[in-house]
Amino acid sequence: MNYYTDNKKVLRHYLSHPLMKRIVAMQERGYTQAAQYNYAPVDFDEAVEGYEKVLELVGELCAEVIAPNAMEVEKEGPVLENGRVVYAPATQRNLDLFRKAGLMGISLPREYGGLNFPRTVFILIEDIVSRADAAFGNLWGLQDCAETIHNFGSEEQRRRYLPRISAGETMSMDLTEPDAGSDLQSVRLKAAYSEEDGCWYLDGVKRFITNGDADVHLVLARSEEGSVDGRGLSLFIVEKECGGIHIRRIEEKMGIHGSPTCEIVFKHARAELCGSRRMGLIKYVMALMNGARLGIATQSVGLAQAAYNEANTFAHSRKQFGKEIINFAPVYEIVGTMKARLDAARSLLYETSRNVDMAGQFTALAAGRPLTPEERSESKLFAKKADALTPIVKGIGSEIANLNAYDCVQVHGGSGYMRDYVCERLYRDARITSIYEGTTQLQVVAAIRYATSGFYSQLLDEYMAIEVPETLVPLRDRIAAMLENYRSAVERVQSFGCQESLDLLSRRIYEMAAYCIMAALLLADAAADEELFAASLHRFVALAEALVAGHATYVAGYTPEMIKNYDK
Amino acid sequence: MKLNIIVLAKQVPDTRNVGGDAMNADGTINRAALPAIFNPEDLNALEQALRLKEEHPGSRITVLTMGPQRAADILREALYRGADEAVLLSDRAFAGADTLATSYALAAAIKKIGSCDIVLCGRQAIDGDTAQVGPQVAQQLGIPQVTYARRIVSLQDGHITVERGIENGVETVKAPLPLLLTVDGAAAECRPQNVYRMLRFHRAATPTEQAAEGFRYSAQVAADEALTIKEWTLADVGGDALRCGLSGSPTKVRKVENIVFQAKESKRYTASDEDIKSLVGELLSNHTIG
Repeated sequence: MNYYTDNKKVLRHYLSHPLMKRIVAMQERGYTQAAQYNYAPVDFDEAVEGYEKVLELVGELCAEVIAPNAMEVEKEGPVLENGRVVYAPATQRNLDLFRKAGLMGISLPREYGGLNFPRTVFILIEDIVSRADAAFGNLWGLQDCAETIHNFGSEEQRRRYLPRISAGETMSMDLTEPDAGSDLQSVRLKAAYSEEDGCWYLDGVKRFITNGDADVHLVLARSEEGSVDGRGLSLFIVEKECGGIHIRRIEEKMGIHGSPTCEIVFKHARAELCGSRRMGLIKYVMALMNGARLGIATQSVGLAQAAYNEANTFAHSRKQFGKEIINFAPVYEIVGTMKARLDAARSLLYETSRNVDMAGQFTALAAGRPLTPEERSESKLFAKKADALTPIVKGIGSEIANLNAYDCVQVHGGSGYMRDYVCERLYRDARITSIYEGTTQLQVVAAIRYATSGFYSQLLDEYMAIEVPETLVPLRDRIAAMLENYRSAVERVQSFGCQESLDLLSRRIYEMAAYCIMAALLLADAAADEELFAASLHRFVALAEALVAGHATYVAGYTPEMIKNYDK
Repeated sequence: MKLNIIVLAKQVPDTRNVGGDAMNADGTINRAALPAIFNPEDLNALEQALRLKEEHPGSRITVLTMGPQRAADILREALYRGADEAVLLSDRAFAGADTLATSYALAAAIKKIGSCDIVLCGRQAIDGDTAQVGPQVAQQLGIPQVTYARRIVSLQDGHITVERGIENGVETVKAPLPLLLTVDGAAAECRPQNVYRMLRFHRAATPTEQAAEGFRYSAQVAADEALTIKEWTLADVGGDALRCGLSGSPTKVRKVENIVFQAKESKRYTASDEDIKSLVGELLSNHTIG
């Protein structure tokens, strides 16, 4: 079994997107590193050949080791011993395997021991890993935190920490506290500078920290005594080996059991500042969270894929009334709908990823030389698209993971409710995706300004302005009609001139935008490869059309007086 | 102590996942239906070599295989997993070799590689399952052999201590170097391919591959010696043609039979003493055991 080759056509479709040529060329600085590093590609073709080889290896390791280990990882879970987290033996084996395979510094530059793969290729790998085991995906995926040290730390910090991450040390981002969840401005963990020792010390408690006993922590703490909001917070790097980090508790969770969620007590923990004081939340954590949100969106797509595969395989083998249940319309309708949602979410994931990638490429370019005016405006647009699409893919992607996990259990019938089948774990694992790194409700808050400003509408015009083959024209027309529905709804909501009404209807508007965008993106995929995507597109447009029309009705029937009907 | 380690490897059809189309009507293997892979126990042998190298820095691992050009695929895989050098022994004269002719050719190639402290190979290949090639190579080289090795306990003062599997357990033996070890599947699994090495060594090629149309990495191969997989013919290793290939093979296949195991009904036993007793009784009475 191989989780890349068995889904190669779809994953390769995103690897070979036209924009990839540009992304890879920028990532490779015009292919100038081959002389210095013997593993750097000489041109685009070799880069892609290398990505495919790595994806194939990841696909093999995931199918042959990570997925078969998942049950043991989940059953044994991590344990707390003398204030330290000890991973389950199977988790440790997984980590050792990925370290030996060299998969711990995927997107870090080569000068820090990384593979220097573009973001989008990292996402492709994460997509496969999450399908095998979402809990292991968390531990492995936290390597992404190194990006923050790379982007905002000093050169000295980069040289000191990044090679260790590439070699396989794990990371965590310690943001949440008992009284600071969604509201990170309320973070209280105290950071005090000691003139005598020339360093910072942290004291306080963090809660719900994924992989909280990591080797290297990024910690959000209050460095400005007496401050009360986000402007008093700074970001710190803390090393486990320096002491002062005690794990008080590992949470018992509904799902992702293999990923330790910790309560950490910092007792005079030696820390160093990352970047500038007071910028911790307002700049660095915002960037860090955007990266993490894309990570959860990827985890969601991986889970949605796993759920679809489990349901599809089961429906093809389970016989009732003398035939495999996939032959019954109520069953193949569910399985087909799962696949349509999966394809749509993945299409959105890679569109988001390409924009995040390009925005990052321009940031890196700008660090070396001033951008030309054209580059500057292009860079701004990519960044804006990345910011607008990230909350959509995180929110809707995670909701789709949950819908697919629910349907997967349903297809399994009674068996799906038993612990013996993978789908039961997927159901529990998926649940967190619409909660952590910002709930779906917070994604709506982050996204709604792009609906009211007309940016999503503008983006949709861009997506719809592509050539499609004759066979897809009717679908394009139906998507265009959905778009009209969406625009009227936005207009109506704005016509009330009432913030509370906007807040109340924002989820509907958000979902309408998301389903229109996914349909338009899947249309583009189908236009490029009709055989691969047309059937999914047909099913998805039908779904999206109904959802958008339903929400349009909801908005049309709404008036601001209705606020009083809600209990508060 | 720096060691010269040679690992013998074979490219084999993957017989572990055999479908209905695995055999042709004439009883030969349908290679198109079975992907070609690195013989699994040869990977166990490679892992032992890599561990020896870790404990004896500066050691060098050369992987040697005999086969057609496409066997270079497993040599590249060995490089991805950590081998230093690869040699492909390839000549029409080697075709149709049985285990005797194969071991003759491999021994000739090992002599050409030169001084060697330890030869490691898998216990047996999953296509022929003879377990003869390793012992015969040792014989041809006139060096001692330890078979069914599971773990190398230590290597010092010109001697190696090895745990080997025997019928009812494990025995620990000590032997002088140079020697040959055959490693079985109970030994540690091979470490994974490493992506950094993969991105470098995917360009590695035999001279024949380098000369082929469409080879893209001539400049890299010219600049990095490690990227050339050595390719030796019979003439290169100085062997006697009569002892190679078909003419050097006394083994004659008389008949190949295609046996299909008939599915039987299954029975469930619990772990209770009673059930186990009844199972043993049944197996004794139908002469499966005893």
